[in-house]
This record gives sequence, structure tokens and C-alpha cells, in this order.
Amino acid sequence: MSENTGAFGTQGSGDTSGFGGLIRSAINIGSSERPYGGYFDEIADELERAYPEFSDAIEKVVVDRGELTLHVKRERLFETATKLRDTQSLRFEICLGVNGVHYPEDKDRELHAVYPLLSMTHNRRIRLEVSIPDSDPHLPSLVEVWGGNNWHERETWDMFGIIFDGHPGLTRILMPDDWPGHPQRKDYPLGGIPIEYKGATVPAPSERRSYR
Amino acid sequence: MTTRDSYASETDTTEGRVYSVTGGDWDSLVTEIGQSKEERVVVNMGPQHPSTHGVLRLVLELEGETITEVRAGIGYLHTGIEKNTEYRTWTQGVTFVTRMDYLAPIFNETAYCLGVEKLLGITNDIPERASEIRVLMMELNRISSHMVALGTGALELGALSPMIFAFREREKVLDVFELVSGLRMNMAYVRPGGVAQDLPKGAIPKIRETVKELRHNFKDNEKLLVGNTIWMKRTQGIGYLDLAGCTTLGITGPVLRSTGMPWDLRKTEPYCGYENYEFDIVTTDTCDVYGRFLIRMQELEQSLRIIEQACDKLEKSEGQPVMVADKKIAWPSQLSVGSDGLGNSLDHIREIMSTSMESLIHHFKLVTEGFRVPAGQVYSAVESPRGETGVHLVSDGGTRPYRVHFREPSFNNLQATSAMSEGGMLADIIGAVASIDPVMGGVDR
Repeated sequence: MSENTGAFGTQGSGDTSGFGGLIRSAINIGSSERPYGGYFDEIADELERAYPEFSDAIEKVVVDRGELTLHVKRERLFETATKLRDTQSLRFEICLGVNGVHYPEDKDRELHAVYPLLSMTHNRRIRLEVSIPDSDPHLPSLVEVWGGNNWHERETWDMFGIIFDGHPGLTRILMPDDWPGHPQRKDYPLGGIPIEYKGATVPAPSERRSYR
Repeated sequence: MTTRDSYASETDTTEGRVYSVTGGDWDSLVTEIGQSKEERVVVNMGPQHPSTHGVLRLVLELEGETITEVRAGIGYLHTGIEKNTEYRTWTQGVTFVTRMDYLAPIFNETAYCLGVEKLLGITNDIPERASEIRVLMMELNRISSHMVALGTGALELGALSPMIFAFREREKVLDVFELVSGLRMNMAYVRPGGVAQDLPKGAIPKIRETVKELRHNFKDNEKLLVGNTIWMKRTQGIGYLDLAGCTTLGITGPVLRSTGMPWDLRKTEPYCGYENYEFDIVTTDTCDVYGRFLIRMQELEQSLRIIEQACDKLEKSEGQPVMVADKKIAWPSQLSVGSDGLGNSLDHIREIMSTSMESLIHHFKLVTEGFRVPAGQVYSAVESPRGETGVHLVSDGGTRPYRVHFREPSFNNLQATSAMSEGGMLADIIGAVASIDPVMGGVDR
């Protein structure tokens, strides 16, 4: 468990204004056992049938709050995605983007990428999750499988620094091109950036005054 | 032109000559470009341009008036809302997310709150009346959002009058919002567990009257545009995107429905009790700007139908709670109208200040610290006027979100600009972008 200090540098207080200390603990949700319930068993069966390397590709299956999450190894992500899209009985033809989550406490699995999938044919939803180490933040790009992931992957690169290998043009999308750092990481401060305005520099809120 | 512009100096490009137009004489620019042997011109449309729906930058590669390549540049309205929510309580998050897609605030709030409720495991404990109010507000919001889409869309293609009518109707909807929530935009009205407060007295009759007026007035725009020769010529066959294109690009909402695909989350995965309302999914099969325009027009009527049914239900559920019964989650105070306007309920203030110390402690803890949400992650989605607004929430068991991510339909759908416009005429990209109806606040968040 680590403690991050907030923008105004307060530490260990019960302050809940948001500028106080943020205590973040690692999240650990155990894997689920069969039966998963609902259509989830059917999806798992069908994927196993269509994809012989299933047991090697899927690290764990989590059913939580009525949602199915398949944790996939990154080496197998592309194949799994293709199978999920193309298999007649699965048909996840829409990917609703990719979202990064940063878990600094999760050793060698600091960066997670989450892909919510939707099958219009069967009206079903599942989620793929991949965990990668911060020291080697590479993932295969899924733009070839779902073209709409293009901007989502750019956003995840921009915000988390996950590099999507094979992306047609992985550049920053929301932040300026020359921005240092990836703002959505947990170690990136909120509002800790000095502002340039008409030639003058306004210091970051955390630097303007001491609240200690 | 020879004037030096510090933002587009000659060193910025190695591919050709830079012409910068900053308050210069357009005639001399035309002459200058005319002398160039180069057929291909790269033009910046935006970041600020009257027909780009806000701060959108389109980089167009033109040959004559034909677009050979388009790239959209976004991020000008990025405000870090997702990051900010991690430093506030789950309830305060509503105030942030309502500002993302500022034309559809209720949808952002509802999607977020449905997610928080799913994380808390209280989805089935939400009072029916709260869901009815959410449906009512969402459908009103759909009308106000579609009115902007139609009004500005027509304006961008050179038709000025529809804008006047559309904004006239939108004002009526905003008046209802003001009556119900006290605010016209960014209301933070939908809260985890229910809604901020019950409908005030006289709201239902006022809404019924508004519905009547709207139904009558919608005909004005219909008469102006449906079947209008100029309008048809500017919109038919423009911005073509078929079903295969939509699925690969992850497009939802009116653009998807214009391919004939009847996909609407209100029907396919009902939330907030939408399965109890009678309405139709509107589709066209033209895959073009005109089809999307017709869909928005007809969805207005469907929304009115839902609003009427919601009013019937709300009349029956009068007096029932609008917030979950669990006092550890429900926002402690109720608002009421006092002599100086809308504010905290005096009864509640009397209770916490002079009657019950425990109430005061409870109020203080809940408001400052917030409630704890069990660890885990969920995805919840609603059908916003632009498509699927999805929310991915992660909790670490604390009082603040660990991660909030919005899958904004505007952000996703704007990717279709290139597919819709490349190979077409420059003037048609305006219609294509307008038919996607992107809201830059939602795109950039």
C-alpha cells in the first residue's frame, strides 16, 4: 500500500477535499469457477471450441456483477480478438474501444488495457483485459480487427503510455504533441503543471503556496 | 504571403510553401495560389470554424475542390475530467461527467450513476419513481440535443431559418429542466441512488403543455426541410457509410440506424425501465446525411411519446421516494424552494442543526467523505442522442473512483469523417460532420 500526496502536498490527514493524501491500495479480484451463469458458459465453450489454444491464452476468467471478463495474455490478444469477431457463434463485431487502468501496486502487471466487446448478432457483451509490465508497455494493436479502435488506442497511448505495436499512426490525440508524460497514470499529479500564458508562466497550483 | 506568422513559420514544413491568412486580403491569396504549379493544396479547416461544431480541426488535402484526404485534429477542449473525478467522491463525479457532452448532460449522468449503482449492487433497489424521472429527463434531453443537431446542421449547410425554430423549441425544453432541477445545462440532477430531488409541484402539467407545443411546432422545421429540393441536394447521397463501415468503426446511434440496422440500447438492453414504454426504433436505409436527418426528426416524436407515458406513470407514483432507501448512500439533504430561491431544505437544516447530533454527523461524513464502493469494475451504457455512451468504472473499495472512463459516442463516431468524406467535394464534408453530430466537449473530455 502506498500513499500519494495530493496537489497541495498534505499528508496523512483525514482531509477529503481531494487535495489531501490519496491512499490507493491494490485491487485483487479472484477468478471465477464454472458455471459462470447466463450466456457466459456458452461463450467460454464456443471460444474453447473455436480456439484450441484457449487454455494457454486465457489467464483467468472473472464473473463479477453480471459481467464476464476474460484476462488474456498479450501474445495471444490478437488471435483471441480475431476468433471472437469471426466465429459464427460468437460474432463480437463491435469493440467499444480500449481503456487503460494503471495499478502501480500490481508488480509487473502495472498497466491494464480493457476492451469492452459487443455482439449485435447475439446481443451479448464481454470484456477482455490484458495486463502488461510498466517496463515493457507493448501491446499488439487491434486496429486491423476493429478499425474503430484507432483513436481509442491513441488515447490510451496518450494517457497511459501503452505502445500499440502495429498501429497505423500512434500519436498523441488529446494532449499536445510535445507533452511530457502520460496524465492518467497514478504517479502523475493533478494540476501539477505550470501554465504558459502570453509569455508569462503561472506556477502550478501545488507550487503557488504552501498548505503544510 | 510574406508576413511572418510565429505559429506557421517556414520551418514548420518541408513539403511546400506555406500560405498563412491572418486578416489578409483573400484576393491576393487567390492570385498567389493560382500562380503555383502544384495541384494539391493542404488546408486547415479550424480549429475554430463556424461549421466544425466547436473546436475541431480538419486537415484537408484538396485537389481542386475534391477532398483526397482528411485528418481530424482533436483535443482542444481536453479538460481532464476523467482524471479529476479520481480526486472527488463518487457523488461529486456526477458534477464532472455532466460537463463532458454538454448537449446531453442527463445521459452522461445516468450512464455514470447506473455504473456506480451496479458497482454498489443496488441496481434493483432504485425506486421506480426515480427511474421514471430519469427516463423523462433523458427523453427531454434527447429532444434538446436533436434540436441543436438539426438547427446547427441546417445552419452549416446554409439554411438559417431551421436554426431559429430549433432553438426556440430547445428553449422550451431547457425551461422544463430549469423548473425541475434549477439549472438549464449541466444539472448534476441524476445521482447515484436516484435523482437529486423530486419533481416540483406543477411540473407534470407544465411538461404536458410543453409536449403539446413541441408536437405542434416540430411541424415548422419539417415543412422547411423534409422534401425541400435544396436541402435534399445538399444531403442525399452525401456522407455515405454502410453497415459494414459502421461496425468496423464501432459507430452507434443515428448513423448506425441510417443503415437500416435497428440498434437502440433502449430496446436491446433496456435500463431504467425502458421495457415498460411503447416506442419505435426509427431507421432509414439510405446510409446518408438525409437519412440521419430524417431519423433525428422522427425520433423527436418517439421521445414525445415516451415523455407522455412517463408523465402518466409519474402521476401514479406521486409521493413515492426518488432516492434509494439506504441512508448510507442516499444524499442526506433534500432541496426546497425558499424565499431566496432554491436551496437546502429548511426542515433538514433544522433537524441537523438543532435536533439530532447523529444526523449532523451522518450528513457531514456522507457529504465530505462520501460512501465506499466495493472494489471491482463495471461497464454500463445508455443510448444517448449520439449513440452508445459507455462508462467504465473501476473502484478500489474507497470513497473515490479509481478510474472513470467514458466511451463517448462523439469521440468514436468522429473517426468516420475520413470514410464519409474522402473522394467527395469540400462543401460536403460540412454535411457529413454535421450528420455525425459530434460534441467536442464529449470528444475531448
